[in-house]
Amino acid sequence: MPAPIRLRELIRTIRTARTQAEEREMIQKECAAIRSSFREEDNTYRCRNVAKLLYMHMLGYPAHFGQLECLKLIASQKFTDKRIGYLGAMLLLDERQDVHLLMTNCIKNDLNHSTQYVQGLALCTLGCMGSSEMCRDLAGEVEKLLKTSNSYLRKKAALCAVHVIRKVPELMEMFLPATKNLLSEKNHGVLHTSVVLLTEMCERSPDMLAHFRKLVPQLVRILKNLIMSGYSPEHDVSGISDPFLQVRILRLLRILGKSDDDSSEAMNDILAQVATNTETSKNVGNAILYETVLTIMDIKSESGLRVLAINILGRFLLNNDKNIRYVALTSLLKTVQTDHNAVQRHRSTIVDCLKDLDVSIKRRAMELSFALVNGNNIRGMMKELLYFLDSCDPEFKADCASGVFLAAEKYAPSKRWHIDTIMRVLTTAGSYVRDDSVPNLIQLITNSVEMHAYTVQRLYKALLDDISQQPLVQVASWCIGEYGDLLVSGQCEEEEPIQVSEDEVLDVLEGLLVSNLSAPVTRGYSLTAIMKLSTRFSSVNRIKKVVSIYGSSIDVELQQRAVEYNALFKKYDHMRPALLERMPIMEKSASNGPTEIVQTNGETEPSVVEPKHLPPVTQPVNQANDLLDLLGGNDVVPVIQTTMPTKPASAGGELLDLLGDLSLSGGPAPASSVPTSQPSFLMDGLSSQPLFNDIAAAAIPPMTAYNKNGLKIDFTFERANPNPNIAVITIHASNSTEADMTDFVFQAAVPKTFQLQLLSPSSNVVPALNQGTVTQVIRVLNPQKQQLRMRIKLTYTLKGSPVQDLAEVNNFPPQSWQ
Amino acid sequence: MIKAILIFNNHGKPRLSKFYEHYNEDIEQQIIRETFHLVSKRDENVCNFLEGGMLIGGSDYKLIYRHYATLYFVFCVDSSESELGILDLIQVFVETLDKCFENVCELDLIFHVDKVHNILAEMVMGGMVLETNMNEIITQVDAQNKMEKSEVRLTLPVHYFYLSVYQAGQVDTGRYCRSACSCRISCKEHEPPGNAQKHQHW
Repeated sequence: MPAPIRLRELIRTIRTARTQAEEREMIQKECAAIRSSFREEDNTYRCRNVAKLLYMHMLGYPAHFGQLECLKLIASQKFTDKRIGYLGAMLLLDERQDVHLLMTNCIKNDLNHSTQYVQGLALCTLGCMGSSEMCRDLAGEVEKLLKTSNSYLRKKAALCAVHVIRKVPELMEMFLPATKNLLSEKNHGVLHTSVVLLTEMCERSPDMLAHFRKLVPQLVRILKNLIMSGYSPEHDVSGISDPFLQVRILRLLRILGKSDDDSSEAMNDILAQVATNTETSKNVGNAILYETVLTIMDIKSESGLRVLAINILGRFLLNNDKNIRYVALTSLLKTVQTDHNAVQRHRSTIVDCLKDLDVSIKRRAMELSFALVNGNNIRGMMKELLYFLDSCDPEFKADCASGVFLAAEKYAPSKRWHIDTIMRVLTTAGSYVRDDSVPNLIQLITNSVEMHAYTVQRLYKALLDDISQQPLVQVASWCIGEYGDLLVSGQCEEEEPIQVSEDEVLDVLEGLLVSNLSAPVTRGYSLTAIMKLSTRFSSVNRIKKVVSIYGSSIDVELQQRAVEYNALFKKYDHMRPALLERMPIMEKSASNGPTEIVQTNGETEPSVVEPKHLPPVTQPVNQANDLLDLLGGNDVVPVIQTTMPTKPASAGGELLDLLGDLSLSGGPAPASSVPTSQPSFLMDGLSSQPLFNDIAAAAIPPMTAYNKNGLKIDFTFERANPNPNIAVITIHASNSTEADMTDFVFQAAVPKTFQLQLLSPSSNVVPALNQGTVTQVIRVLNPQKQQLRMRIKLTYTLKGSPVQDLAEVNNFPPQSWQ
Repeated sequence: MIKAILIFNNHGKPRLSKFYEHYNEDIEQQIIRETFHLVSKRDENVCNFLEGGMLIGGSDYKLIYRHYATLYFVFCVDSSESELGILDLIQVFVETLDKCFENVCELDLIFHVDKVHNILAEMVMGGMVLETNMNEIITQVDAQNKMEKSEVRLTLPVHYFYLSVYQAGQVDTGRYCRSACSCRISCKEHEPPGNAQKHQHW
């Protein structure tokens, strides 16, 4: 058999192959030759064959038939053979094959070989792929080699020991005595690997950590020598003396100093020295500085040092080198939790990094920007982040969108801003937002009661532009269904109102139903929206037609809904208005709105309707009852005693309509509705929205709250401008008796849903005979726009005898609490 | 810990692959291909750090790479290694190769894969950095090569000795001949002794 070709012949031949098939053919031929050569048990050429096999393995062809040959090579006496054999073992074998155990004896012999290079080879192989059994058997040998004076072997033994510890953690104690004088070595290679070994031991066991803490002074000294030593040619890398060792030592110091005051204190000086003395013009200097910064942040360093560290990171951010910026952003991300203020100082630089071309830097900058958002900078940051959302890659859009939602929720300065932001996200990155953002957004919209008209108008306009982004379309159709009446009536305070007719709205919604771009869920939304509009619009026939068409739709979900809505038109027409009323404000923690259901008409809902479309009759009623209870369980009689000055003629009917509608958000009641069975309760519960939208926010008439025994108390009202929920009431107390009322104290109590603030009175003497008044300002916060009720307590001294009186004030004009 | 060291060229052909954690052979090839895809998409002026691909462990592992002429040197590391330090390590590795091969080029790596492995074994062992001093590494590698050669001289026939005597005047370090040919292979081994008058390269 001719001598097998050499490795480079093979390589040359393979390189001439022009196609993959040719290459495969050549390799197969060669494999066959190698296999037959192995069978012949030829010692001279085995090494060559295995080398070729390794090359073919690298190219991706199977090479397991060479595993045993590697073992034979290892067992050979020649260094060349051993070298290739061990290399083959490292590349082809691993602990999953049983063959590797056969190596154990060879390695053991080689660990005790006379030639250091053979010992080195054995250590290397054991350190790369030794299994736990092998490690257990050979740990003793490794430990012995750890103590030799030969630095070449010592450093290899140290790394081999690391591998042994990783595989068999229980053997860690065995290496402890050998580590005693590892750090007193002069050879940097040994020092380096010893530090790695110590690091590994400290990371694995807290006892070791405590034990090695006493090495901190020694490590500090070594580091100091490295920095101060000046130029040493053998360890120099770009002007710095052995940066790899410096970085390793810094890392070990970090582990040792964590949560330990003494060690941290011992390190403070050297860290400051490294931080200030290291040259930053080359990458090596920056590598050391970076490691120093990480160490400073992790140990219990003094605050001056921490500020120095953050400033170094800030400097990194301005560096031209992208790697440095990346590294700085990563570490700032780690420190932003603990040193938030310091990182805030670099906010503008971080925001600039959003515009970087590099994907990795953009991602880090985005995460860091979200971490830095707070109440103060929300507007500016959000502008930048939205701009980023517009222009970033699709892989970022989902994360960015969810981040924006979270930040907006936490720090939104106003409802309108919040809604605007969310709309912007939906229009730009609509298809990437997460599924749960749709219900969250709907809940947010129902909560911001005064923004309904504005919201629905904007959503309608967005729909006209683009119906491909499903989350946007879903939210928009829901809103149009709920607030379509606002849209058509064209009232919007925030923006220029648009003129939309009912037909146009229905056109749009029907368009959604038939469009190819709509997902089935979206179609469901729009069908329900159309149905809801049947109580808000007047063109009911068109809606009936649409609904009946879909009664035979192929989509089962749509069909079921349509059939049941049809039934609503036909058999249950009297229930329709009650069912399709406005939704109340949803509680965030509750699943989907009120969980109790008062049977208004004693009949149950069609089951297909989603839970959140169930009529929200109960909540206001319960709240009204609470109010009454709080105030001492007084009358259940309707509380509204004020006159309603500009009530139109059909007052009675409309009031009842409104009660039937129970609208918590504004708008004139729809035309057809049926009075419900318990008008008085519902009247109690009637809250919030103005009954008459045409009453402007004019002056609220004053009222007399109390008039008894010569003491008259008048209330005058103002609205606090920045917050319309706050009513400012000024009381004027006047005394028509002949004697002064001294020690006059006015106290007031309001139900739980309100908050009261009583400012100090002008004086506590009410002069007699109406000569003067005592004034006091009360501020009432009424977030839920409940009807204002108050109980007052008056104490004063008249003609020497103390007088005390309690009274209820129920005759607040409606404008005061709306 | 370094999980893998890969060297491949601009077309994705592997020139060296060393894994410090075991994978099946086909997974190894897939990892090489995936890494090539991730790294080759990068622009020239972006940073040298990437998240690892799915096969090699995802975002827990980073790919730190450097592009030299036609070759990509990629180190896949976990979070315990300093990124900037590994960049320097790649630089030291390449400089060492340069010293060992004298103006190293891709062809050197192609034809001397085993030697590259040997050099690498002196630098990184078991996924951890062993030695970073270039001179130290070169000394060790030279000593081991000498041992190998002494064995070769003992076993192979005499005409090689004849050849090496002929070459004595021309070869400086005794390793590589300074011909103009680009393959730069050792002249001791490619020519049968009969044509000792002139050595040919092809």
